[in-house]
Formats: sequence, structure tokens, C-alpha cells
Amino acid sequence: MIEIDLDQTTIRDLNQRLHRLPADTNERAWHIFNPKGRHAIAVGLDLPITIAIDGHVGFYCGGMNKQAEILINGHAGPGVAENLMSGTVRVRGNASQSAGASARGGLLVVEGDTSSRCGISMKGADIVVGGSVGHMSAFMAQRGNLVVCGDAGRSLGDSIYEARLFVRGRVDSLGADCIQKEMRAEHLEALAKLLDRAGIRANPRDFKRYGSARKLYNFNVDHAAAY
Amino acid sequence: MCGIVGLYTKNPAFEQRLGDYLSSMLIEMTERGPDSAGIAVYRNPVPKGATKLTLHHADPNYPWPQLAHDLQEELGDKVGIEVRGSHAVMVAHEEYPVISAWLHHHHPEVAVVSVGDKIEIYKEMGLPADVVNRFHLRDLKGTHALGHTRMATESAVTTEHSHPFSTGLDLCLVHNGSLSNHNRLREWLKKRDIEIRTDNDTEVAAGYLTWQLREGASLEEALEAALKDLDGFYTFAVGTKDGFAVLRDPIACKHAVLAETDDWVAMATEYRSIATLPGADKAVIWEPVPAQIYSWSRA
Amino acid sequence: MTVDPSSLRPSHSFPPQVIQEIHRAADQGVYEIRGFGAKRKLPTFDDLVLLGASISRYPLEGYRERCDTNVVLGTRHAAKPIELKIPITVAGMSFGALGAHAKEAIGRACTAMGTSSTTGDGGMTPEERLSSKTLIYQVLPSRYGLNPDDLRRADAIEVVVGQGAKPGGGGMLLGQKITERVAGMRDLPVGIDQRSASRHPDWTGPDDLTIKIQELREITDWEKPIYVKVGATRVTYDVALAVKAGADVIVVDGMQGGTAATQDVFIEHAGIPTLPAVRLAVEALKELDMHRKVHLIVSGGIKSGADVAKALAMGADAVAIGVATLIALGCNRPVYVEDYHKIGTEPGYCHHCHTGRCPVGVTTQDPELEKRLPPEQGARMLKNYLTTMTLELQTLARACGKSHVLNLEPEDLAALTVEAAAMAQVPLAGTNWIPGRNGY
Repeated sequence: MIEIDLDQTTIRDLNQRLHRLPADTNERAWHIFNPKGRHAIAVGLDLPITIAIDGHVGFYCGGMNKQAEILINGHAGPGVAENLMSGTVRVRGNASQSAGASARGGLLVVEGDTSSRCGISMKGADIVVGGSVGHMSAFMAQRGNLVVCGDAGRSLGDSIYEARLFVRGRVDSLGADCIQKEMRAEHLEALAKLLDRAGIRANPRDFKRYGSARKLYNFNVDHAAAY
Repeated sequence: MCGIVGLYTKNPAFEQRLGDYLSSMLIEMTERGPDSAGIAVYRNPVPKGATKLTLHHADPNYPWPQLAHDLQEELGDKVGIEVRGSHAVMVAHEEYPVISAWLHHHHPEVAVVSVGDKIEIYKEMGLPADVVNRFHLRDLKGTHALGHTRMATESAVTTEHSHPFSTGLDLCLVHNGSLSNHNRLREWLKKRDIEIRTDNDTEVAAGYLTWQLREGASLEEALEAALKDLDGFYTFAVGTKDGFAVLRDPIACKHAVLAETDDWVAMATEYRSIATLPGADKAVIWEPVPAQIYSWSRA
Repeated sequence: MTVDPSSLRPSHSFPPQVIQEIHRAADQGVYEIRGFGAKRKLPTFDDLVLLGASISRYPLEGYRERCDTNVVLGTRHAAKPIELKIPITVAGMSFGALGAHAKEAIGRACTAMGTSSTTGDGGMTPEERLSSKTLIYQVLPSRYGLNPDDLRRADAIEVVVGQGAKPGGGGMLLGQKITERVAGMRDLPVGIDQRSASRHPDWTGPDDLTIKIQELREITDWEKPIYVKVGATRVTYDVALAVKAGADVIVVDGMQGGTAATQDVFIEHAGIPTLPAVRLAVEALKELDMHRKVHLIVSGGIKSGADVAKALAMGADAVAIGVATLIALGCNRPVYVEDYHKIGTEPGYCHHCHTGRCPVGVTTQDPELEKRLPPEQGARMLKNYLTTMTLELQTLARACGKSHVLNLEPEDLAALTVEAAAMAQVPLAGTNWIPGRNGY
């Protein structure tokens, strides 16, 4: 276990050190202390190592992560796991806005709530939120799955493409071209797997599915009001 | 585009270190706002019938004691003056309109930065750490304070353009964001005798709140009205005699974090400012939701 | 009975083109979408002239007496700045907007000339990275194709806030160009009309841009210069803010800048021309004492070595060409004229990039059309054009007595119109008058 105190080591040194690890490194388990809201902690990683961070992190923690497992024992600032490629980022507390923005693969788990724009522009990742998400979540969400065990704020899935949204609680309002869809056996199965991977206990049957009505896919003047 | 910080104490022990803690919070926001910085502190309430003003003049050798003496002669009553950097806090046993008229007439070269019973505002160009040192902000004790670090978006970098902006008695405003309809609002407010001196968008927002309050709205009503009448992106923190209020616009792109312990309530654009406070790691932390007014006061 | 043509009186406010556009709107109920840049008449670099040598100034001889053209960009923070042999780069254009052959041709030509090319709103293709020795990688609001491996493969990173054709708008690609390959790169369904965000998903404002730039530097270990690109609107503020946010290079794209597809109203009615934009950007940099420290690339309608010379004289460090690049590759060449007719236009007037039916195989995904632009041939044509521009630039610079093109300065310029004098803050030829100075 390698321990790093961010009051003693700079973010830059930490990230560079993590980037320079060889593929066969035996430095596979890292424990980071005193993040104190600092930004860009553990960004751009590309090895199957584990990073545990004790405390609250600032913006973009785990940004563009590949392969690594990052655990944040606290809250996360805006853009946590932005553009996630693979691997896992788990937030024990809450996450600020744009959690998982443009995330392409891998798994982001937020055990608490997220604020607005969770999964904005997501491109294939799986995002599972134990609590609620704020407004404009899944805005322009292209691919992937967003699971919300709590409620969703207004304009969920505005301008959504092919991402799948599962929400257990209340949805304040649906965004342009986002509609409720039928939950079939394959969806229940997929959702069960997502919850299982996230380590969150919930009954898939309690969720509703939302997705694109696909009316904005090719412009039609009769749908102009949706813009 | 900026950093905002706010700190509200819940017990007297904490009041002793208000300036110190707020200064540390402010300095954490330097990267967001390298151009200028300012704070509003609520401290040393003056007795009934008296008025406290913060005054500013760019000349470091400005003869403040002479000014105080002249006013004292005029009023026939003791006038106190405490100089901090380029600002001076003056206390006189008189209502503000009388003092204002006298200043206008005799010392138009002096700018009035704040007016009220408790509020003092210090603001200037420069890095937050320099502004803190110049005004000895770490020494200040008080019940609550707001601070702001500025990265100028569309108006100039001058002391007058710095936040906090005073909008009325014991009232001030700090803003992170960029308004988009402030030019029309400025003209409209000026026609209604609200004094706006700069082209800064925040000063317009401050003037708007003053106007609402002057017309009889409560602070909550004024902020509700602001949601309708102001266009653009904003996180506002408003300081009042008894506490402070926070409001984010409905789109809510500009960040805000709130935190609370048994000793304090704090607000900041980024958590790392709050992280400098004692007990931060145990604080309850949450984000204000858009278009909702949050307020704390001693009343 | 024929009508006497001299009795026909056109309206200035409603000329035939406006009438036709209103009819089209009444038929279709949607704005017109097209490619290319602003077609309206604007003050441009053509309204400035260079003051060549005379009795008071002496020229350099061609060839023997060197006129150097190399420039280094991005020295402020990056460990590996961008070194260019010529101050003419190729602007960001997406794979998707352009076909793979066009992107490869551009890469090869830029490598041969020792300059850079730029990816666009679709991500980096392997062909592009292989063919272009110096490749700038764009990070846009859409984030299509963005990944850390490409960030690390790039030579510089360009955060795109906006472009001159549509400042405040997002990317656009119509269904006919969203082929399987394009769709795969962008994570979109095949054949749909792409809607794109106009704001970045995870930051808004220069204070948050500062933090985003830091993240990009952290991911790439502080090696690469970070560019920030804006469409020319509030240039003074934007340049100052980009500097404060930590940019190493700023790219300012005037309203003449092109696009492969956007609303015509955007192209023609938003943004300011490149001419005043250059001046405003240079002034903002000088105000912060950052001129030649944070470098400035300007684009938007640059078409000849003369434009480059004038842009550099006004204080830019380099230029970028977009539309001109495509024209060099064959855009609007009078060949395959039947195919121009099929899409409703003629060579010389075509702005139909959005249709995907480019008759010369440049802005298309159709493999049959792409055959009309073999990459080696395209590369040769573009290289010829870049060489021509460089020779033109050197000719003018030598005539002004400069041994390096970056020694061109505003005092080497005069203006031919009052507008150009005011916009460029250069005296009207034959006078000492700069509108706005000294109360005049």
C-alpha cells in the first residue's frame, strides 16, 4: 500500500508518478490522504490499480480514467470521472454537477446524490446513483446506462439519443424527446446486473425506463416546438 | 468570473477568528480571481442613531483624521475614524442622508463603499493574499463576512469594479457569473434614482436589489423578483445585517457549495475554500439547488 | 409579349435572393443550413496595403537574402512547444465534415511544409495522426471521440469555445454524412441529424476553464501547449480571459470562418470580421504584456500570402486556413459540372458541404465521390498552395525590408477605406488619420 499525503505531495507529482508506473508494477494499491477539495486527482490513469482517497475531492477526480479502480471516501466536486473510459470510479458521498460527463465506458457509482447534469453527453459508460440526480441529467446522453435509485430533477434526458435511463423515484419532468418506455425482461435483467456491479441493493421492478422518442433524429417542421 | 466565499459564525468563540478564517478561504480562490478581491465584514454594531461608513481614497496619505475632525465640527458630536489601508471606517452620530450630503459637498473626492450599523467593506485590485495583508483582514472579528475574488469578464479591473457591492444599509452583494441583460437594467434603474457608477454587471444586480428593497420588498421577495428580471448566469451571495443569503440562477452552471457545523455555516464556489476551516472534514456539505433562496440570520 | 427589362426594378431590401429565401422558408418551415463561410461583402485584409521599400526603407534581395518564416508557438507552459517552418497552419475541420482522403491529404501536405493540421468535431483518425507530423487535437463541447490516448498522441490540445462561423453554436452534421464510420467515432446512430451542445458539458466560464486546462495538462503531464479557440465576438475580453485561464496559444476565428454545416443566419449575422478581431486580440495581449508570450493564431477568410503578411503585420504569430485549404483540394473546381448541377449549384458558387455530395470528393463520406480526391494528389495540390502563400508572404516581407516575417509591424500598413482604417487602427493611405484617435 503506497500512502500519499496531498499536503506533502503535489497533484502534479502524484499524477506523474501514477502515469509512469510500468505495466508490471507491484505498486498496485494506493491510499491518498488530505485531498481537501483539490482538483484533477488521479486523472488520466491507465493501469488496473486501485486508488482510495480519504476526504472530499475537487473537480474532475478520476477524469479520463482507464482500467483503474478509484474510490472516493467523501464527496466529489464537478466533473467526477468525466470522459471515463473504463475501470470504476466510486463516490461514497455526493457528487456535484456533470458527474460522468461524456463518459465512454466503465462504471461510475455515486452512493449519495448528484447535483445537475449527471451523465451529460454520456457515450457508453454505466452510471449508477444510489440517491437522486439534479436537473438536466442525461442531457444529450448518447449511449450507456444511467440508473437512479432516488428521484430525478427537471428535464431528464433532454435531447437524448440512445442512452437508457432507469429511475426508481419521482421524475420532476422529462426533457425534449425523452419518454417513458416499456420495461421488458431484457431491461430488468440488464438493470439487475448494473445494480449488482454497483453493489447497490434495489429491486429492478421498482424502476421505470426512459429513453428517446427519436422524433428529433431527422428534422421535421412539425416538431419545431421541441427545440 | 470569480470565487465567492461566505462565513457565518454560530458562537462567540468563532467570532474572534472570523477575519482569519475568511482570509484563508479567500486566498484559496486566488486562481479563480487574480484581478481584485474584497470582503464585507459585519462587526462592532454602532448605537442607535449612529451610522458607520466605509470610505475609500486611492491616496495612501489621505488625511482621514482631518476629514473626521471637520465632520465632528459640523455635527457637534464625536466622530470616530479607523484607517485600514486605502479605506477608513467612520462612525458618526447622525443619520446617513445628512452625512452623505456633507460628504458630497465637502469631500466629493472620497468614495462611500458601504453604509450601515455593522457592515464594513474592504476591496482593492491585486491578489487576494496582498489584499488580505494590506487591510490586515486577519485581525477582524465579527459575526459574519462575505468575500470575493475577481477575474474581470467584461468590465475594467479597478477598485470601483471590485465586489462586494453595497446596495443599501448593511446590505452587500457578491456574484460569480455573467449577466446578459444588465445594460438595459442599468438605464432603467438610473431613471429610478439608483446610483450606479460603473459598467459592471454585478453593480446592476446590487442596484436592482436596492431598488426592490426601497419599494418595500423583503430580501426574499427581492431575490424572487431577481430570478425573473435578471438574465444570465449567476450565483449570488447577499450579506445582511443579521446574516446572509445565497441564490443560483435556474440553469445553475456557476458552482456553489454550502457547509455547516455546530460552529459555522460556510459558502464557497469550490469546496477547497471550505476545506481550510476547522471541522470541515466533519461538516454537512450540500449544494444549493437552482432558483431557490437559502438564508441564515440571527433573528 | 415580352417585358422590357429596363422597366424591371429590383428592390434593395428584397432582392431576388431574399425573395427566394422567404419562399423557401414558407415551403420548408426551417432555417437554411449550408456550408462555407460568410458570403456577404465585409471589410477584409484586402482593404489594407503594405508599404514596400522606398528611399527611407530598403528591401531585401530575393532568394540570397534570407527571409525566414519559422515560428514557435506555445512556450508559456508546455515542455514541448510547437515548432513550425511556416506561419500558416490548417484549421480544425472534422472527419465527418471532411472525408478520410481529404484529412490524409491535409496531413501529408502539412508534414511536407513543416506545419500543423488540426482535428475537428469528430475526433482523431489514425490516418490523420499518421500523415500529419504536427497535429493539434480539439476538445469541443460535443466531446465526440475524445479520449486520453489521442490527447497524449497529439502535439497540442485546442479547447474550442467557439468558431467564427457560429460563435455560440454547437457542431452540426446532417444524417446523410453520418455513415457507419462517422457514427462509430461519434457514438451516434447511423443516418440521424446530429444535434450538438453549444456549451462544454463540464465547465462554463473562464474561472472553470482554468481548472479544465489544468486537468488536461495533468493528464498529459504538462508536455503539450494548450490552445483556446474563440469565434470573434467580444475579442478583447475573450483574449484577456483566455490568458488568465492559462492558455499558451489563442486562436481567434473571424466571422468569415467556414463551417461544413450550420444555419445561414449564424454564418452571415454573428461575429465580427477577422480584420478588427486581429487588432483587438493583439491589443488585449499587449495590455497584459503577453504579446509574443501567449501566441496568437488568426483565421477566417485567409486566402493568400498577402493576407498572411497583413495578419502578421498586425501582430498575429500565425494564421490558420480552413476554406482556402478545401479550395486548394478542389472545392469549387469546374470539373464534374453535372454533379454540381445535381445538388443545385455551379462551380464557383457551391456551398453545399452539408449535403455530403461534394462533387470533388472533399466534404463527403461517399467512397465513390472520395475517389475523385486521391490523397497523394490532394497533398500535392495543398502543398503547392501553401508554398505559393509562403512565397507571396516572403516577397512582401522582403519588399518591406524584413529578414523574418514576424518583423512585419502595423507601421508597414496603410488602409484604403475609412472602415479598414478604423478596424485595423492603421492610417488611411495618404493621411495621418486613424479614426477614433486623438478625438477624430
